[in-house]
Amino acid sequence: MNLYNAILIGLKDIWAHKFRTLLTMLGIVLGVSSLVAMAAVITGMEKGMKESMIAMGGLDKVRIDDEDVPVWQDHLRDQSPGRLIRDVHALQASAPLIKTISPEMRLDWRSTRVTSKGKTASTSEIVGVWPAVLEMNLYELEHGRFFCDLDEEFANSVCVIGTGVRDQLFGSPEQTGETMVPIGKTIQIGGQPFTIVGMFRHYESEQERKLKELAKKQQQETKGGVKRQRGWSGAKKWGDAFWRKNNVVYMPLNTAWIKFRAASNEDGTPDPRLTDIDIKIADLDLLEPALQQARNVMLTMHNGIVDFEFETEENQINDIRTRIRNMRISQGVIAGLSLLVGGIGIMNIMLASINERIREIGTCKAVGASSEAIFTQILVESIAVALIGAVVGLAFSFVLVELIELASPAQNSPIITTPPMLLAVAFSALVGVVAGIFPAYKAAGLHPIQALRYE
Amino acid sequence: MALVELRDIRKTYHLGGEVIHALDGVDLDVDQGDFTSIIGPSGSGKSTLMHILGCLDTPSSGSMTLDGMDIHDATPRQLAKVRGEKIGFVFQFFNLLPKLSVAQNVELPLIYKGASSRERRERAMQALDLVNLEDRAKHRPSQLSGGQQQRVAIARALVNDPRIIFADEPTGNLDSHTGEMILETFCKLHEEGRTIMLVTHDPEIAALTPKKIEIRDGKIASDVDAKLSGRESRFKLNRPADT
Repeated sequence: MNLYNAILIGLKDIWAHKFRTLLTMLGIVLGVSSLVAMAAVITGMEKGMKESMIAMGGLDKVRIDDEDVPVWQDHLRDQSPGRLIRDVHALQASAPLIKTISPEMRLDWRSTRVTSKGKTASTSEIVGVWPAVLEMNLYELEHGRFFCDLDEEFANSVCVIGTGVRDQLFGSPEQTGETMVPIGKTIQIGGQPFTIVGMFRHYESEQERKLKELAKKQQQETKGGVKRQRGWSGAKKWGDAFWRKNNVVYMPLNTAWIKFRAASNEDGTPDPRLTDIDIKIADLDLLEPALQQARNVMLTMHNGIVDFEFETEENQINDIRTRIRNMRISQGVIAGLSLLVGGIGIMNIMLASINERIREIGTCKAVGASSEAIFTQILVESIAVALIGAVVGLAFSFVLVELIELASPAQNSPIITTPPMLLAVAFSALVGVVAGIFPAYKAAGLHPIQALRYE
Repeated sequence: MALVELRDIRKTYHLGGEVIHALDGVDLDVDQGDFTSIIGPSGSGKSTLMHILGCLDTPSSGSMTLDGMDIHDATPRQLAKVRGEKIGFVFQFFNLLPKLSVAQNVELPLIYKGASSRERRERAMQALDLVNLEDRAKHRPSQLSGGQQQRVAIARALVNDPRIIFADEPTGNLDSHTGEMILETFCKLHEEGRTIMLVTHDPEIAALTPKKIEIRDGKIASDVDAKLSGRESRFKLNRPADT
């Protein structure tokens, strides 16, 4: 008997038991759909994480952080200079593998208020920067200009703001109905007047964009109804990379230094320490040598005191990867378990099915079916049940993903990808084979006469 | 050479400590075109004999050839092939597969033989034509009467154009009128030159066949040629049985 005919006979029997087969397949259906849907959710989350990674700056960005001096240098602690602007100049001069370097001098956001006409904006950071920050933190100006060398040289009182600050001080486009460009306006930063010379473009995640669209749609639907305030929108602010990005206030580094730091220590002495030195390296493949170069320069400048460390984005990415891997594992365990249960269901039903068909099997043997033919027939039937279940499961997973999206429209939308689908189908086929072998073996081993006489 | 040759066939079963000789030295020749009935009381060994003749079972000892092929030492796989190609079975309880249509039931032996779907359909319709059931091809067995079901089973037995047809109490589950019609069908097949062996416990049915073999206690008690015995047949046979 050829395989095609075996499949044909097997399928006929499945068709004859539509309802029972459907129940049997349920385990496989759930297993496959949960596997595919979970994978889609995770892919969606992954995409969201990658988005915010990019918002924070690229992979080739390395931060030079302050670090407690090691134990063996503890006696030198009071000689630790901290990160200063001279480190930046030294790195610029002596570390050619560093492409861009961006020093930052952050002002205390608790004591430095940003106000305009009695309105106060809550900001993510108020920082003195070099123009290199644009490339470093991946900012794009939408209106106006960024600082020039003269602003830096003369420590001009100019600033560039994110759209979030504009929204807070002058009203957002959603509220006022028009896009307000605050170039030329004067705001108070820590009580000192600053002129806004530029504004960044608005950054938002896909999630946020969808939320906005949703709000718009809802508004249209309820027509003039009370605009609903989303309770959690405030709570997520600090955790959200996009919120932080939209609520910055940048000024020239020199301005920050002269106007805010010249006597900022408690005893009235200046505080020249930088809060951040970000570097971008020329080539990701040369990450290690570039860091070594930077380390050498820093060690020279700091008299050998190791009071700094390099924080690469890789660490964070590894964190994210670990989280994703953990999710994958738990997802795999769940899907695997339900596929296993599905397999047991199939084996159970195949055993019941051959038990009630013993005489039919005897008849088939009497009219010329060999044991191999019977074996193939039962096995094919089992595989077919599993595969049909897998296909139904795939279809169901699309429905499931739709449901997930409906249930939480603001989350990163799940993305269905091919590899988990293939994996799920392959695994179902395997389950079908494993579940079918024993019943098939049992049926094939029946003696024709005993099978024919079975009551 | 006879179509089937049995020489000193023995079949023993071990039930607990007891040894049962179901067949105890059977010699038998079946020629091409024979219409033979095997008769005997229950437990006489007639079913065992038919199973061995039908290649469903192998003898404990003795030799058997069917169509020139040694059966007594064939592998199960070879036996399956012989059953599929040279033997047709008709059972007392019809043994049709309930979930397949009439045509699919008739096709079954061809499926295991590996015939193409077109060939299967054509030959199944031919076989159904022989038993006058071609208009029921799409029905389920459960939608047919007992006699019709048995005729479907006969069509299934014929579809492979077998060398020999075995019928095990083919009328045992039918009323007498339908049973007669089935027997008429067999007679018609016999007239067309088919080799048929019919197992029964009913002497009246056995009397209809040109040849009769009586089994008692695992041995052939008598081997009677109906023509010689001079018994009258209930059925008018157009052609005398060739011996």
